[in-house]
Amino acid sequence: MLNIVWFALWGLLWAIYFMLDGFDFGAGILHPFVAKNDIERRMVINTVGPVWDGNEVWLITAGGVTFAAFPTTYAYMFSYLYTPLFFILFALILRGVSFEFRGKINSEGWAKLWDFVIFFFSLMPALLFGVAFGNIFEGLPMDANGYHGTLFTLLNPYGLLTGIFFVLMFLQHGALWLAIKATGNVSERSKSFADKNWAVLLIVAVAFLVYTKFATKLYDNYFSNPVWFIVPAVAVLSLLMIKVFSKTSYIKAFYASCLMILTVVFTGIVGLFPNLIPSSIDSAYSLTAYNSSSSPYTLKLMFIVAVIFVPIVIAYQIWSYKIFSAPITEDDLKDPEVETY
Amino acid sequence: MDAVFLARLQFAMTALFHFIFVPLTLGLSVLVAIMETKYVKTGDETYLRMTKFFGKLFLINFALGLVTGITLEFQFGMNWARYSKFVGDIFGPPLAIEATLAFFLESTFLGVWIFGWKKVSKVMHAASMWLVAFGTSVSALWILIANAWMQHPVGFVVRNGRAEFTDFMAAATQPYAILKFLHTVTAGYVVGAFFVMGVSAYHLLRNNEVDLFKKAFKIGAAFGVFATIVVFIIGDMHAAEVAKTQPTKLAAMESVWNSEKGAPMYLFIVPDEKHHKNAVELFGIPKALSMIAYHDPNATVKGLNDFPKGDTPPVLITFASFRSMVGLGTLFVLVALLAFLFIRKDNLIDKKWFLKAMVWAIPFPYIAIEFGWVVAEVGRQPWIVYGLMKTSQATSLAVTIPQIIMSLAGFVVLYSILGIIDIYLLIKYAKEGPEAASVTAVEGGK
Ligand code: HDD
Ligand code: HEM
Ligand code: HEM
Repeated sequence: MLNIVWFALWGLLWAIYFMLDGFDFGAGILHPFVAKNDIERRMVINTVGPVWDGNEVWLITAGGVTFAAFPTTYAYMFSYLYTPLFFILFALILRGVSFEFRGKINSEGWAKLWDFVIFFFSLMPALLFGVAFGNIFEGLPMDANGYHGTLFTLLNPYGLLTGIFFVLMFLQHGALWLAIKATGNVSERSKSFADKNWAVLLIVAVAFLVYTKFATKLYDNYFSNPVWFIVPAVAVLSLLMIKVFSKTSYIKAFYASCLMILTVVFTGIVGLFPNLIPSSIDSAYSLTAYNSSSSPYTLKLMFIVAVIFVPIVIAYQIWSYKIFSAPITEDDLKDPEVETY
Repeated sequence: MDAVFLARLQFAMTALFHFIFVPLTLGLSVLVAIMETKYVKTGDETYLRMTKFFGKLFLINFALGLVTGITLEFQFGMNWARYSKFVGDIFGPPLAIEATLAFFLESTFLGVWIFGWKKVSKVMHAASMWLVAFGTSVSALWILIANAWMQHPVGFVVRNGRAEFTDFMAAATQPYAILKFLHTVTAGYVVGAFFVMGVSAYHLLRNNEVDLFKKAFKIGAAFGVFATIVVFIIGDMHAAEVAKTQPTKLAAMESVWNSEKGAPMYLFIVPDEKHHKNAVELFGIPKALSMIAYHDPNATVKGLNDFPKGDTPPVLITFASFRSMVGLGTLFVLVALLAFLFIRKDNLIDKKWFLKAMVWAIPFPYIAIEFGWVVAEVGRQPWIVYGLMKTSQATSLAVTIPQIIMSLAGFVVLYSILGIIDIYLLIKYAKEGPEAASVTAVEGGK
């Protein structure tokens, strides 16, 4: 039972992570396109300034929980996907320091350099996370003798499609975020980008859902227990709602986009169950919520910790989002009394 | 070059690099919180400007502590898969707890602190920095509980081919963990205290903002006296705990080759690893080592030659690092006491030589801290989990040598560049002083 609970929590942590860091990846990728001068670029950066680090901690927690609840999966997932993970780390490191470094030296070339870093190293992890999850959905080529894939086997068509799908979702999410959190031209350009991107996202989302039928076994769980179809149904519905809400309220559209990311990730998680990483060679070697888990003692311990502390975390994170809910204006950025990047 | 060696090199390199930035975060967060609290209590604008000045330096430093930490969290699975699988049941929980209890707290309230000057009340703003400081200590607590378990595993059984928890509290509260935590956190306070004193001394030498920097120096000095003394005392207790739990490490730290009852302590030793003896031993204090390690002048200290072959760590590195740390630690106590004396008597400004020395002293606590980790980690070899699992059995089988070389080279290049930029920025903004810091704010609020 606890194994199932932890499987769900494991999925939830990844889903929350993508929902949160998703918009700052998106904003990072978009910023050279929606911001045309230094003050506009700083506006984009400052919309995510107070929250991006807190968002990234969800990744660290997802990693930590994988380690604690499913150590065998942690060990295999991270060593089998060594090279892509290294690139993700590389990107997160560079992107992380760029916010702090960018404004610290007064030179145009310096700012341009870090603008590029923010763009490129937001794009790379967004894509690579998608590729990694695409491959997990397909299953990794592993058996009793270990892992038989390479970096190039990971870059298969389905993996790449999932990568592109993730990038487009995060772009949509980031554009909606900027639409409501930025002001002036940046906000306007983001709105018009969001409207255009939506159609592309829709096409790729449909392609993803169809290709998933052929490339993976995810739908097996759904056909054996059709109530679960509700999850992808909500995902599709929220994608449509983004379009509907965009006409009246970008705030609502952003919430729809949050729901979309959560349910898209859960579409995968439900399909995977009970596997965390299926073996594409023989399901006997799949890593499951049962054969890769910690002892019942540890699962129980971690469950108590999670039940007490995760709600507290969520409460103060919501509080901090509330404090910084006002959109960033150009006046804020020029005010010496207000700290900004 | 084998995979084990490369993986160790990569871990040592990335951990030591992370630990250039972490100690200052530990110390300076508390110091900045103290400064801001003084501001809230007295309403004295000097403390506000002091807070903003040291706060800016804190943030520049924090940026690298943060990003380099992510590498470590992932690296256990990437390079040490067999280890992760074997100990995940026990080692995973502290890491997950650290993230849940500490990192969220730190990152969220740091966001509030940086950007919230006009959005939350003064008290809430100061409280945010206290929460950051608290989060940092909680983070250190859990990661060090994990590390202490590798040094001295307790509260588990080996079942189904891996170590499983039977008693979480045993691991979380064992003396090794508590001592390690107290020693490391107060070592961070030493770094913070010397940093604040050194930066203040730099400006006092130039008669810049004398009032502000005298006040800052005073805070640093008082904190420094407290921290250096506690580090010293806990270090001593920690060494006794090591003697009890890791006799091979103790023998290497003191370069003891042959078992001896009532062992003396030599002030000067040159180890000769090849011939398993000391080439030079001078100034022996009779029975001192037995006394320090076991609190009994007649206790037997077991020598390296009396352990099974292949179970002992590299001696020279462990020994030299330990001696350097202890030497520096003793020196720090004296320096901090002097600093406190001078600022109390208010004749600090006249002591140019001392102010200069304080500027140059900034790097030394860092050096001591890195030596400390070398003692702890190299001294634990050849075990990754002392007495339970060998380091050579712990690596990832799926990872090839070219992959590790690529990532190692990548980290070396990336970390060097970022390290240089970060230290450059720290020095630049430390030199500019508080006034200049607010001028840049006017120019565009960077
Ligand atoms: C400012 C830094 C600093 C200073 C002055 C000292 N230490 Fe230290 N020491 C550390 C910073 C440090 C550290 C980096 O924080 C370590 C690494 C692992 C740990 O627990 O703390 C450490 C480790 C460490 C260990 C090994 C622990 C292990 O193997 O797990 C011992 C026995 C001591 N210390 C003892 C001392 C003594 C007797 C000191 C006397 C003055 C001393 N330290 C000063
Ligand atoms: C942040 C401060 C730390 C520093 C500076 C540090 C330093 C080192 C060094 C120098 C080594 C290489 C030892 C050798 O030559 O083989 C090493 C290895 C290692 N340390 Fe640490 N360490 C730190 C903290 C930790 C903590 C907190 C943990 C566990 C939670 C840890 C786990 C390991 C592991 C898994 C290895 C690799 C295996 C080995 O070679 O022993 N380290 N570390
Ligand atoms: C070798 C094992 C270690 C691992 C796996 C590790 C992990 C991490 C991670 C993942 C972060 C980033 C947190 C974030 O994004 O907010 C981080 C940052 C940090 N770590 Fe480490 N750490 C290690 C050693 C240590 C030690 C020994 C200490 C303290 C004694 C420490 C204290 C800190 C601090 C103060 C930060 C910056 C604050 C923060 O960003 O949360 N770390 N560490």
